[in-house]
Amino acid sequence: MAIEDDVLVIGGGLAGMTAALAAAAAGSSVRVVSKAESSLGHASGLLDVLGRIDGELVSDPYRAIARVDTDHPYAMLGTDRVRQAMDWFDGILGDAYTGDSHTNALVPTIAGTVTPTARYPRTMAAGLASDDRSTLLVDIDRMPAVDAPLAAARLEAAGVPFSVRGASITMPGLATDITRSHFARLVDRNETIADEPIRDQLAAAIASVHDGEARIGFPAVLGLEQPAVVIDYLSAALDADVFELPTDPPSVPGERLTRLLEAALDDAGVRMTAGVPIVDVNAADGRVRDVRGTHANTSVPYRADQYILATGGLVGGGVVADRSTVHEPLFGCHVSQPADRADWYADTPAGPHAFPRFGVHTDHEMRPLEADGMPTFVNLRAAGAVIGGADFPAQHAGSGISIATGWHAGRRAAEAIDR
Amino acid sequence: MTDPREQPPGNRDLRPGTDPCYKCGTCDASCPVADVDEDFPGPKFQGPEQWRLTRGSDRDVDPSIMACSNCMRCDGACPASVPLSQLHNTARGQYVTNQQSAFSRPAIRNRLLANYRRGAALAARFPRLANAVANNRLLRWAMDRGLGITADRELPTFATQTFRSWWEDRGGADASRERAARNCEDDPPVVAYFHGCYTNYHTVEVGKALVGLYESFGYAVTVPPQACSGTPMFANGRLDDAKREHERTLAGFRDAIADGAPILTSCTSCSMALRQEHPELFDLAGIDELAGNTWDALEYLRVHEDLADRLAAATPEESSTYVYHAPCHARNQGLARQARELLADVSGVTVTDVGDSCSGISGTYGWKAEHYGHSMAIGEPMFEHMETAPGDTGLTECPTCAMQMEHGTGYEVEHPIVVVADVLGCGLADGAYEITERSG
Ligand SMILES: Cc1cc2nc3c(=O)[nH]c(=O)nc-3n(C[C@H](O)[C@H](O)[C@H](O)COP(=O)(O)OP(=O)(O)OC[C@H]3O[C@@H](n4cnc5c(N)ncnc54)[C@H](O)[C@@H]3O)c2cc1C
Ligand code: SF4
Ligand code: SF4
Repeated sequence: MAIEDDVLVIGGGLAGMTAALAAAAAGSSVRVVSKAESSLGHASGLLDVLGRIDGELVSDPYRAIARVDTDHPYAMLGTDRVRQAMDWFDGILGDAYTGDSHTNALVPTIAGTVTPTARYPRTMAAGLASDDRSTLLVDIDRMPAVDAPLAAARLEAAGVPFSVRGASITMPGLATDITRSHFARLVDRNETIADEPIRDQLAAAIASVHDGEARIGFPAVLGLEQPAVVIDYLSAALDADVFELPTDPPSVPGERLTRLLEAALDDAGVRMTAGVPIVDVNAADGRVRDVRGTHANTSVPYRADQYILATGGLVGGGVVADRSTVHEPLFGCHVSQPADRADWYADTPAGPHAFPRFGVHTDHEMRPLEADGMPTFVNLRAAGAVIGGADFPAQHAGSGISIATGWHAGRRAAEAIDR
Repeated sequence: MTDPREQPPGNRDLRPGTDPCYKCGTCDASCPVADVDEDFPGPKFQGPEQWRLTRGSDRDVDPSIMACSNCMRCDGACPASVPLSQLHNTARGQYVTNQQSAFSRPAIRNRLLANYRRGAALAARFPRLANAVANNRLLRWAMDRGLGITADRELPTFATQTFRSWWEDRGGADASRERAARNCEDDPPVVAYFHGCYTNYHTVEVGKALVGLYESFGYAVTVPPQACSGTPMFANGRLDDAKREHERTLAGFRDAIADGAPILTSCTSCSMALRQEHPELFDLAGIDELAGNTWDALEYLRVHEDLADRLAAATPEESSTYVYHAPCHARNQGLARQARELLADVSGVTVTDVGDSCSGISGTYGWKAEHYGHSMAIGEPMFEHMETAPGDTGLTECPTCAMQMEHGTGYEVEHPIVVVADVLGCGLADGAYEITERSG
């Protein structure tokens, strides 16, 4: 006997979680099985739909979908579906996120870059680069890998339309280096360090470097649980609009997004099993019958009517490259690739690599296709970075692809059960 | 390149595991100890970085490795599947073998804690005396000052009869086969139970519930001779002790392994040790077979029997409300949500999950005087969640997590197996497990 559900989603990243929510919303019983704890904690927390094409900044991501290659997942879905998926996802995000539905926002990061994105955490709203108010960026000297003066200098050199200055603060309660996630937890608890609640100490330290700037940017570490409360508190204390800047992974906004989605999955009755890689597939007559997960050397069968492959790209392990081939290791789905490995890389470092585009290709039902154009299995769909055709880091399109393909695959899987 | 340092037993090549580390820092963000202990450098350093630094050089292992609680959170967090806990276990073993004086206070204390089974075996022969002495204030003060075993915790109570002695009195495997046969058409299939020390000496009801539950599904239970699972030994870098204990367990389970019988556990740290840690570190005959046949007792029934359906159909007389904490070691075995999922379908039973915080005790970690404060600080979010959740009975698979839950909140803590056995009516009645006939 196997552990049984209507829909089994393999992979617990953004695509898998979205697919599970969409299938559950359509009335299916759903389980997500994932190899590790969610990888979404690495993500910046920004939700890009389409930020660049051929290196050029995109203003309206939906309009720009017309310009993607024909084998791009967006081309296969069509603009309307991508938009519908994002609108539906907004309902899940609720107040935590914001963003104009037609125009990409330009969000400054703590690395001193400006990144185009469709949806961003509300905590970053006061920081947009299109806003011309004077800005102070602040870091904590005890927090590695954040440097506000450097970020300010870079933003200035990039020609942002506002005056910007960076400053480092010392907090008396922090004697040793502190990670971003640790700091966020201290802020959540408003822990007393060096005889003073950390939020008060933070406000006082920032005030000592504040020189009347209209807004103050801080790395995204202002708590995992209630960043809006912390930001309101600091804004009132400093009489300026306080905002967060995205950081490198592991990122606090990525962790907040993970928690938000996990809570939504719980509410939707989705069952989740983490720590179990799916390693084996049992199929007959063109259908997946069951799959086997293994954990700590024990093998456990999972069975469903419909399956969704959301194991990620080369980073997540959903697509694997060895000396001579690129392949999808679990179901053996077809991955098209240049015959010669030398063609995997462009001649120039910034050129269009074939590499990040590797992945499975699907039909309109989101089913991976073999070289002959037939579905690998009639009850297997794919979602997220396991699908090829997009250079999503260069296009700033990662989350949008995961959300749109996950939404479509989840709904289609749920519909297929009724048939 | 040969390593000039003495290697701990069975040390396997770890390079293929460390190479994929891309220094993303996710493991550090997941580490409960790093969160509260400023002096602890975190898993990235303890694991892949330290491994590279100590390879082929006479560089010492950093003593901070002893502050890792072996909770294995970092394992589950790493996106590149770097075997962090295996690296920690190896480094800890190396530190204890090469760098720690065997007669230093921490070494003596850790040896005592790691080999708890030996002391417990003696105490269990005189349980009432042991219980009286165990929480004697003067003795506990002396243990704290002299050995660094915190006086702030209550030592677990010894059951008046051990599980094994109850099992023998009840007629052992023969009696079990007889009872199982009543619920089974053919010859009852055999399962072998690894009860571990805690069930044997303290939470005897967990073992009894397991036996009753399995017999009600028509399985004949056997309880082979066994030693410690090794969990406290890994956490204290005592790899030789762990290996010695496991050799005894492998000998005891020889028949079960040869017959391919499922090996059941009721403690998620025991199953972690049998399934993963031992085969990662040692090369012993039967070690992989034992690992591959080991199951969490509820998981086995869920996969092989209609446990979920029977639970959904059950109509317990009384309603009950639990606050559940998933032990860290349950997480890496895909078991963190199992109890909650299974009990969700039982009418009248409410289970609230207290979230993903670590309880903070991690076996022997929270018993060390120098870590007691850290242990309670790690546990604080769990205590808070427990207090705000409905109900005032805890639920968890891990005996030391249960100890911590009790210590922090004063709640009684149950084991999911006991709850499941009670719900299905094969639980404790008048001090003995009655077996209900299998329906249908
Ligand atoms: C470092 C980083 C930065 C990012 N930055 C941005 C950004 O700036 N903007 C943006 O829009 N998006 C960003 N993202 C989000 C990213 O674009 C999405 O994660 C991406 O869309 C891929 O999602 P996915 O769910 O398909 O794959 P992944 O996130 O890779 O998830 C794959 C999942 O599958 C699991 N898995 C793999 N194999 C198996 C198996 N055999 N059995 C069971 N489970 C398995 C893995 O454990 C993992 O949980 C970032 C992500 C990362 C990691
Ligand atoms: S999480 Fe894994 S890959 Fe990342 S730093 Fe830790 S060990 Fe390396
Ligand atoms: S095992 Fe636990 S305590 Fe040790 S380094 Fe990993 S997360 Fe930290």
